[in-house]
Amino acid sequence: MLSRVADSLYWMSRYLERAENTVRLLDTNMGLMLDKSSTSAERRWQRVLATIGKPEGCEWKGDVYEFVDQLCFDDTKAAAVTSCIVLARENARQVREEISSEQWQRLNRLFHEVTKQTDSDRSELRLSEFLPSVVDGIHLFQGVTDTTLSHGEGWQFIQIGRYIERASSTARLLEIYHHDSFTTMEEVHDGFEYLEWIGLLRTCTAFEAYCKVYTADLTYDRILEFLVLDADFPHSIRFCIDSLVNALRAVQQDSRGHHAEELMRLSGRLQASLRYGQISEILERDAGIYLRRILDLCLQIHELIYEVYIRYSVQTALAM
Amino acid sequence: MSTARPSGHLENPALAEYFLDHAFDEMFGEHGEIRPQYRELLEALTSIPRDELQRRKRSADVSFLTQGITFTVYGREEGTERIFPYDLLPRVITSAEWQHIERGLTQRITALNLFLHDIYNEGRILEQGFVPREIVYSCQHFRRQMRGLQVPRNVYIAVAGTDLLRLESGEFAVLEDNLRVPSGVSYMLTNRRIMKRTFPQLFRSYGVRPIEHYTQALLGTLKSLAPEGRPEPSIVLLTPGVYNSAYFEHTYLARQMGIELVEGRDLVIHDNVVYMRTTAGLKRVDVIYRRVDDDFIDPLSFRPDSILGVAGLFNAYRAGNVTLANAFGTGVADDKALYAYVPQIIKYYLGEDPVLNNVETFLMTDPVQRRHVLDNIGSLVVKAVGESGGYGMLIGPHSSKAQQEEFKRHIEANPRNYIAQPTLNFSRAPCLQEDGSIQPRHVDLRPYILFGDKVTIVPGGLTRVALRKGSLVVNSSQGGGSKDTWVLSY
Repeated sequence: MLSRVADSLYWMSRYLERAENTVRLLDTNMGLMLDKSSTSAERRWQRVLATIGKPEGCEWKGDVYEFVDQLCFDDTKAAAVTSCIVLARENARQVREEISSEQWQRLNRLFHEVTKQTDSDRSELRLSEFLPSVVDGIHLFQGVTDTTLSHGEGWQFIQIGRYIERASSTARLLEIYHHDSFTTMEEVHDGFEYLEWIGLLRTCTAFEAYCKVYTADLTYDRILEFLVLDADFPHSIRFCIDSLVNALRAVQQDSRGHHAEELMRLSGRLQASLRYGQISEILERDAGIYLRRILDLCLQIHELIYEVYIRYSVQTALAM
Repeated sequence: MSTARPSGHLENPALAEYFLDHAFDEMFGEHGEIRPQYRELLEALTSIPRDELQRRKRSADVSFLTQGITFTVYGREEGTERIFPYDLLPRVITSAEWQHIERGLTQRITALNLFLHDIYNEGRILEQGFVPREIVYSCQHFRRQMRGLQVPRNVYIAVAGTDLLRLESGEFAVLEDNLRVPSGVSYMLTNRRIMKRTFPQLFRSYGVRPIEHYTQALLGTLKSLAPEGRPEPSIVLLTPGVYNSAYFEHTYLARQMGIELVEGRDLVIHDNVVYMRTTAGLKRVDVIYRRVDDDFIDPLSFRPDSILGVAGLFNAYRAGNVTLANAFGTGVADDKALYAYVPQIIKYYLGEDPVLNNVETFLMTDPVQRRHVLDNIGSLVVKAVGESGGYGMLIGPHSSKAQQEEFKRHIEANPRNYIAQPTLNFSRAPCLQEDGSIQPRHVDLRPYILFGDKVTIVPGGLTRVALRKGSLVVNSSQGGGSKDTWVLSY
């Protein structure tokens, strides 16, 4: 597979995953707003901003509707949902001959649905219909991807993009919540009530799955355990890293130099730490540092993928 | 200009605005009688209610858009991707008409390939004065670098798209040959797919000859041109990238053929061998179906400012390590001034009269012909020889005095750069209008010719339509559209 193609498939997948994460984050928090909650709007939306990486030019100015509208539709902002979908489609367009036509049509339709939204379409009510419809569109795309595209190298790069993005975003979300609940003085731990924990779980589509394992008894350490260490839940960091390592193994080529070894070593070590980690241990040390470390490793893995498959030097390649 | 109505069909309200004059009408004969090959189509149209037709048109539109069958419009901010407007009614060509076209095109491409080999080697035709040297050497697409270079099987033009018009007499004539990177074949193929869905019954009963094997034939042609000793050649399609107006076509063809679609930045040249960068390291490339013009393909040999090409590609080509289709320097054979000499070229190499005639062409380098054009510019079409896609063109009868004066100045300043032709009243075919009526619009026809170990011309082509009433311009870049072309098997 062409390096450029692998690159585009990887980013197509990352951008869609990112769009989905942002949409769910906005949708969940808009829903929580309707309930009485002790968390101030200010604090809630600041937390949302931090979770998506404090994108430049995006600020909380006190109007929820305007805020969400901006994060959905302002395509001058790279983090906006529309921007992510436009970029995903642009990457797909560059590799149209490599993806299935069903995939292309599904993504193209989503693109047209999202970009044709006019100001008048964007009332609060429409927004609350729009957000879940984007998630639906992305889920359809993923379903079509899994059923129409050969599960060869291209598909594996799509998995790599999806899981590295999802692992990073879950880690960042947990880090922000951790930071917020332990360092904000206005409410200490016990004031951080039930609704907030539901919000956190819902943002990861994890509420129902959590209840199946731990019942509806929501506690911080169990939630952390579930979202970090659960082996079976598709949004837990462990699940994401397991999937990532599987995909990396599937595309691994023999004798690709020391960068390839480094990539397998680094991702394997992360996988092992999640597989054999214990929540008590993580909490004892510092969960914040632990989560930040995962984010760092994801970034390093990303860099190494580039070194091995995409940006390698011609000299080394000819020598091999 | 006298206008008449087709006789005997006035009861059909959709035809109320149909008019006939001295232009050849594809559906009706001289006296308004319907041509047999259109009878069934017209009957079907009469039996389908207008709003049902509109519905089918809309559903086809949606299909084009969601499939992303679009072209990129240059120089516009908004909506840079557009669907290529198309007309729902097919153009029908009889088996006998097609046989004639096929024979003519085969003869033409064979002669043009011989011509290119000759001018880049011995130059016999120039020596003997059948084609003036100046025309060849002053052509901006002539590539000195190609002299004496042997190309596989002596195939210079592997892929061509030749534009045909039907004159008032009903006879087909060649308007121009496109021998560099002809485009549009993907629209021929996708139009067909959508038409099959839009008129399934009609399609079945008509006995239309299939065209779907085009991509397989293209792949076979490319394969047959691989360098010696590469029995399982690796073939790629080289595109300028996603901003090129024909990008959809590039992705479509690469996918249909199952070959890699590469950009210049994917290729690396080492020791005169071309490689592509893959996730498994560098992989050798043997044949490049390039959709990048000569000028941009190798910044070392041609335009140094090009970022689309690959440095060193020409040297790898010269070393015989990679084949390019089409070869460098084929543009000299589709130069609009050289076009006037194609009948002589056919006669010189094949000893035959041309099956398909040229359109009368005035060369500005000839003082007598130039005088004639300058005096009659208001009734002629003037074209810049280096332009394509309907740019750099003056249509005399539709132009202002000021435009005519401007073109006269251009011609006098640089006669080699212009040719003129009579304003042709080429044929019209029935087209479905927005309001549901059927009206005649001017059409041309671009069949696609493949030349490898044999000549393949799939029965059909891209029929381009001037969508506006009275307009003679069919180019997509100028607002033209297209329609499916049905070549009948009987």
